[in-house]
Amino acid sequence: MQPDHPLNDLLRKDRIPHIWCSGCGIGTIFSACLNAIKASEIDLSKVVMVSGIGCSGRGAGYINVDSFHTTHGRAIPFATGMKLANPSLHVIVFSGDGDLFAIGGNHFIHAARRNIELTVICVNNLNYGMTGGQAAATTPNRAKTTTTPLGNPESPFNLPLLAYASGATYVARWTMLHTRDLTNSIKEALQKKGFSFIEALCPCPVNYGRRNKLRPLDVFKAYQQKSIVKNGANPIEIDADSDKGIIVGKFIDTERPTYTEMYNKIYRSKG
Amino acid sequence: MEFWRKPLDADDIHITRGNVYVLDDRCKGCGYCIEFCPQKVLKASKGFNKKGYHYPEILKPKDCLNCHYCEIICPDFAIYSIAQVVAEKGSKNEVNK
Repeated sequence: MQPDHPLNDLLRKDRIPHIWCSGCGIGTIFSACLNAIKASEIDLSKVVMVSGIGCSGRGAGYINVDSFHTTHGRAIPFATGMKLANPSLHVIVFSGDGDLFAIGGNHFIHAARRNIELTVICVNNLNYGMTGGQAAATTPNRAKTTTTPLGNPESPFNLPLLAYASGATYVARWTMLHTRDLTNSIKEALQKKGFSFIEALCPCPVNYGRRNKLRPLDVFKAYQQKSIVKNGANPIEIDADSDKGIIVGKFIDTERPTYTEMYNKIYRSKG
Repeated sequence: MEFWRKPLDADDIHITRGNVYVLDDRCKGCGYCIEFCPQKVLKASKGFNKKGYHYPEILKPKDCLNCHYCEIICPDFAIYSIAQVVAEKGSKNEVNK
């Protein structure tokens, strides 16, 4: 008899196969996340996954722990509330670049500033995939999307730099091809006290790839040939440009008092 | 595996072995497992699964080294490998991890 898939106990099996397109990298990043949760050996009744709207926002619906699919851009506020009400929880925010950095950008920088103990995993597929491939805050300059048919005139966010500048205590970037590093990074971030941010690059073959003549295997070839692992690199100098090189690695790992600690010290010290 | 010369400690090194399993109906035919398998164990099937995709077929089941890469790269939780129990020379059974 065929044994069960090793991740079956963490999946809501009745919802699989998931909605993500053939060749989409979100599934791989999600599976890295599940593997990391499993490897970190945290009590699963204390794990909560929160996600916003978008393709990656569906993640919360497929994991068999307590999970919340929240309103657009508001995954971090929901997660913040949950963490403050019950500080013993491990709250994971699994969402996309559009949700976390376009509509939810303000929430992200303030959660990082307050150093709330969240693990934020941002699936960066460089466009708004679910709504039809519009230009997002992370779309590279000159990339073609539905709303920028001649090329994107804007410059994209450098997400690790934004996280670092806002005060995150753990910042890493990996591509979906660095699956084992990504899994280890998520595991480290789960065990880390403080705000941790992991950016995971992945191809969007249907919306972004098709308009930019990038088949998923071409994207992987670029990841293989152009990515440079530079742990501890200065976040100002990290490009994610497929011409110059995609700099990946663990950039920041520091300690500073978390929001819960500060709050307890000032407001909950007397019984 | 091919070597340009036989490593001196080739006899001492224990090579792990695994069995690959495919859940045909979860597959969406992206082909990542076929592309990235270091031993080229898999190939795309001629037939279709329930959703009309070409799922991977196991071409050389004996070559699997249980590296789990197909399992971790698969976006659809459709392929996995389980360690084979191998009998050591005259000693107790050992499970590969």
